[in-house]
Formats: sequence, structure tokens, C-alpha cells
Amino acid sequence: MSLLEVKDLTVGFPTADGLVQAVRGLSFSVEPGRTLAIVGESGSGKTVSTQAILGLLPEADISGSALFEGADLLRLDEERLRQIRGSEISVIFQDPLTSLHPLYKVGWQITELIHVHDAGVSRAQARRRAVELLGLVGIPRPDRRVDDYPHQFSGGMRQRAMIAMALALNPKLVVADEPTTALDATVQAQILDLITRLQREFDIALLLITHDLGVVAGVADEVMVMYAGLPVERADRRTIYYRPHHPYTKGLLESIPGSTGVRKGRLRPIPGQPPSMIAVPPGCAFHPRCRYAMPVCAAELPPLARVTGDGDHASACWLPHEAVGLGEEAEAVRLRASGGPA
Amino acid sequence: MNLLEVRDVVKHFPINEGAVLRRTVGQVHAVDGVSLTLAPGETLGLVGETGCGKSTLARCIAGLHPVTSGTVTFDGQDITNLSRSAMRPFRRDIQVMFQDPYGSLNPRRRVGSIIADPLVIHGVGTARERRRAVSGLMERVGLNPEHYNRFPAEFSGGQRQRIGVARALALKPRLIICDEPVSALDVSIQAQILNLLKDLQDDFGLTYLFIAHDLSVVRHVSDRIAVMYLGRVAELAEADELYEHPRHPYADALLSATAVADPDAADRRSRVILTGDVPSPIDPPSGCRFHPRCPRAGEICSVQEPALEGTAHLTACHFPIGPTDLPGPPEPADREEPAASDTSGGPARRAGDSANGRGTE
Repeated sequence: MSLLEVKDLTVGFPTADGLVQAVRGLSFSVEPGRTLAIVGESGSGKTVSTQAILGLLPEADISGSALFEGADLLRLDEERLRQIRGSEISVIFQDPLTSLHPLYKVGWQITELIHVHDAGVSRAQARRRAVELLGLVGIPRPDRRVDDYPHQFSGGMRQRAMIAMALALNPKLVVADEPTTALDATVQAQILDLITRLQREFDIALLLITHDLGVVAGVADEVMVMYAGLPVERADRRTIYYRPHHPYTKGLLESIPGSTGVRKGRLRPIPGQPPSMIAVPPGCAFHPRCRYAMPVCAAELPPLARVTGDGDHASACWLPHEAVGLGEEAEAVRLRASGGPA
Repeated sequence: MNLLEVRDVVKHFPINEGAVLRRTVGQVHAVDGVSLTLAPGETLGLVGETGCGKSTLARCIAGLHPVTSGTVTFDGQDITNLSRSAMRPFRRDIQVMFQDPYGSLNPRRRVGSIIADPLVIHGVGTARERRRAVSGLMERVGLNPEHYNRFPAEFSGGQRQRIGVARALALKPRLIICDEPVSALDVSIQAQILNLLKDLQDDFGLTYLFIAHDLSVVRHVSDRIAVMYLGRVAELAEADELYEHPRHPYADALLSATAVADPDAADRRSRVILTGDVPSPIDPPSGCRFHPRCPRAGEICSVQEPALEGTAHLTACHFPIGPTDLPGPPEPADREEPAASDTSGGPARRAGDSANGRGTE
């Protein structure tokens, strides 16, 4: 059984200009011990969808369901949800400076978390556990640093402390929202290594939210690409990078220097910009930017459907199933199917 | 002849204490003896992590910070610490493009007049001529000239960066310093701007000093790359040469840490995981600044600062990685891969690298 199963999630924000349809019908599942990466650019709905699931968007209009071990997170009362969040599901945010309270010692914050969720643990035990956790995530001399304030930690150490907090209650699922985006390359590598090592060690499922296809390439089991509030493609990691079907996924890969989509020379950027989420284009939201757009694309929304003969690979695009992959051959198939460049 | 020559540039920022009697209690060694050259039409990439001094160096070159010592020569003329008026003619030739497309444009002014600013300041043309020039610039950078009277808030991040490009181009500069020009943009938009910068370079023969922390981007745009660490250049080489055969242990670690959007390359890679954090530039380590974190450091490293040496591929290291390995460097790096074949650090690293998908260009 899936650990987390999200079905038909929609999230809308009423604004003076109209309803912002941030997430427009999202379904996915996370298996125990596995890593699902949700990839998308600003405004694709990747962060909003996980925040909705975790009950962090009280002002939004939310529909759908999110079953975590059989219980629908979207319908639980606040108290029960709070218990699950923190103990069974924990979150690592992008910016550790704003997620740690600046006025309390790092160790105190971890101790308090353990103590609040499990009254059977004494403060002294909780503190010992905090020291142990800080050591586990690679903070040097944890018995001393436990009494430091967050500002005494570097950015990388703060993110380590956040990871220690996320692990404190032995969660089954960790949601990591851009966990390394604010960090330098060498620190990012340290943190990614730490997250994946601990994930394996404690058999935790990881839901990784990121815009960075470089990070995903080394970490994810499965990848879901989002565009304008909907998933456009979902497959295992290698399929996404080497055999993309959806033109948006392909466009992303061809925009990133050094990626599988840019073998040499020039980048092939996606023209135009993402749509306004108040006035989402009809049909496939990507069609105004798509090189292969056909008349059907503006009329009908393509479902996220199996790409025949390619395992669990699913794509939401009207192009035929053969139109997978990068390079000349796949390009010819796409152009033939769509009747030439749009 | 080189368009730009930077020699032994040092920039220290004093740390002052006391509210009434200000006294200097220390120095931030932001840039500490950097030498570089830029040939006309070339792109030099400048990489390094937060606090390595890359942006400070750029500002020193552009004359936005006075330098503590050293010289900056542009087109054969010494422009070090010139007065405002003496610097003025050079400001036409040297333009700067900043990272933040939101913070670097005045929100209350129309984009047409923002782009025209440099022309007005330098007294170029009549109002009509300037307006025509701005329309031409907007068209050239992919903006609709009819949007001349709009405000920056009406544009997306990518379009704002195009406005920044147009403004930088207005005076037909010869050198553009791009400080993280695409870091704030989504990848699909980032690629549009990178292609635009490349096209403009070809059309106008521009020279770029390109600063970024994204090493894949820097490799894509640069002819040569300088890697900085704590205010000094650790390594300087042709882009592909540097990525395929890094010689300085810091450059090696930095490159191996770069996330590449290619799963096979990511799986094959042997990462050099550095321990600890970058030391404070207020009190940098003695000798080689990288020695406390360096997997190859020997005794000399804490005592003597290595000079940046070499002809085409320059490295500031006592024990560089590579074929001319000196005998007896200490234990190799803390790698994830079994270290059996890794006794010298160098050959194994390169074997991993050529299989790394990096050799694709």
C-alpha cells in the first residue's frame, strides 16, 4: 500500500483579481522508503500542493483527498493533523534561518519537539537524544553545539540542524521543499548526501520538491514534472532524463547547460513565459509555448496517461506514444505527428 | 592586447567599532591579490562560493569600489582609483549587469527612460535620437518597443533582465560585467537570456566577465574560468580543460559537487565531500587558505602561500592533482568510492570525470 496517496487535489486562492488556480487536479502516491521528486518552475504548484496536504494553507480552497496510511489528511481535525505532522510526516524547508526560532538554542528546540510529541520522554532523555541527532547529522562536537543559537551556525549547519529536527520523531515521510536551494554547491552536495544516507538508514520515504533538475538527477527514484498546476509527466528518473515524452519536460532539459538535453552548443529555451494562474489557457496549458501544438491541444486537456510500451511512464500530451526521447529521431516523430513546427 | 588587466588587486574592508570614536579593529580580506586578464571578445567566468570575493572583485574592476592596492588597466590605460570625472569616459566602455531584475530597476520609472538613462547621463544624442535608440535596443533584446511607457512591475522576471541587458548595451560598451545575471530566473527563462547574451556578444564583439555560482552555466558561456576561494584565485584555465582536469583540490571538490542534470553522470561521479565550512575572511588561514579543509595538504601548505603558476592552466597549489604529482602527497580525498585505485588522487579522478558526461561538448 502507498504511504501517501493524493487524489484529484485542487488548490485555489480567491483574490481580488479572480480565483488563482494554483493546483488544478493532482494525483500521485509516495511508496514507503522511496523518493518522489516533484519538479517545476515558479508557480507550477509544486510547493502549494504539499503545503495543502500538510494543512499549512488555511486560507485556500482545497478539494480532493490525501490518504496517509488510510487517514485523509485533508479531513482530519487540527489536533490529529498536528500530531501526524512532526512525528510521522516532517518537513525540511528551503531557508533554515527562518525555520529555526532565533531566540531559542538549537538543542532546546529539538528537545522541546521531542518532549511535546511524547510526554513519556523526560527532558533529560530528550536532550540526550538531541545531542545524538546533532551528531548523526554531522554537527561537530554536538554536546557543545547543542547550546548554540541558530545564528552561531553556518547555513549548512542550520540545514543540518533542520534535518536533525525532521528526524527527531522517526517519521515515515519527510517532505523536503527546496532543501538545498539556498546553499553553495559544496554544501549542497554535503546536505544531499546526508539526506539520502539517512533516508536509506532509517527507511524513510522522501517527497522532494525542487526546481533543480540537477539535484533530482542524483537523488530521486521517481520524478513528476508539473506545469501550471498539473502534472505533465511522471516516470522513473532515467526515463524522465533520457526518454521524456512531454514537450515541456524536453524543453526544460534543453534549457539546462550540461543536461541530457544539451549535448553541445546552443540551448533551446522554451519560448514565452508561464501563464497567469488566473487565466489558464484552455486545453493543454502549455500549448501556447509548445513547438508541436496541434488544434486539439487548445481544445481539450490531455489526460495523464500511460505511454504505451514504456513501463510506468505517464505523460499528459496529445502527441503519439512513439514521440519519446531527445535528439533528431524523436524530433522528426514529433514534427511529423504535429504537422510541422507550430 | 588585452582589453582588461587586473594585477595584484587587493580589497580590504575595515571593521570599525565604537559609536563616537570609530577605530578599526580588523579587516575583511574580501579580495587578496588577484590577477586576471581578459582578451577582446572573450568571456571569462568567475566562480566560487558565497564570500569568495567574486562580486567585490567585479565592483573593483567597474570602479564601484576603490581598491586597497593593485592596478586595473583597461585598454592600456590605468583606471585604478580614478576620480569620478576621470572615470567617466571609461564608464561608457565598462557596464555592469546585476542579478536581481527586481531590485535593480526603479519601480516608479518607465522602462523606456530607464534604458535611456545612460544615454542621458553621458549626453548622447537628442531626445528624439535617444528615443529611437531605446526602441532599437528594446527590439534587439526581445522586448516589444511599444512597451516603452510601461513600468517595471508590468514585466516578468525574464523581461526585466532583458531591460537590464538593454540598459547595459545602451552606450555600446566593450566590457560587460555580468554579476549572476540569470540566478534569479527559472531555467526555461534562464536559457533565453543566456542565448541572448551569446548573440549580442557575436553581434557587437562584447567582452564578458561572467560571475555565477552555477558551474554548469559558467561552463556553457565561458572561454576561460577562474575559480576563487577566500579572496584569491585558486585555479584559472580554459573552461573544458578546467572541468575535465581540475588541478586545485578546491576546484576539484567544487566541480565534483556540482549537480548535473544527467542521472548516469550523477551515479558515476565520485564526489569529493569537503568537511567544515569556509573560514572567515576576517582572519584567513595562514599559508594556503584552503589547507585546513584540503584532502591533500602537507606541511608546507600551512606555512607558505602557493603562487598562481602555469602558462595556460594556472594553479595555486603545492600539491596539484595531475600528471606532475609531486611525490608523497598525503592520504587522498575522502571519497565515496573505494579508494583502492585512488592513491594519487589524480588519475582515478580523471577516469571518473571523462565517464562523467562532461566530455560531451
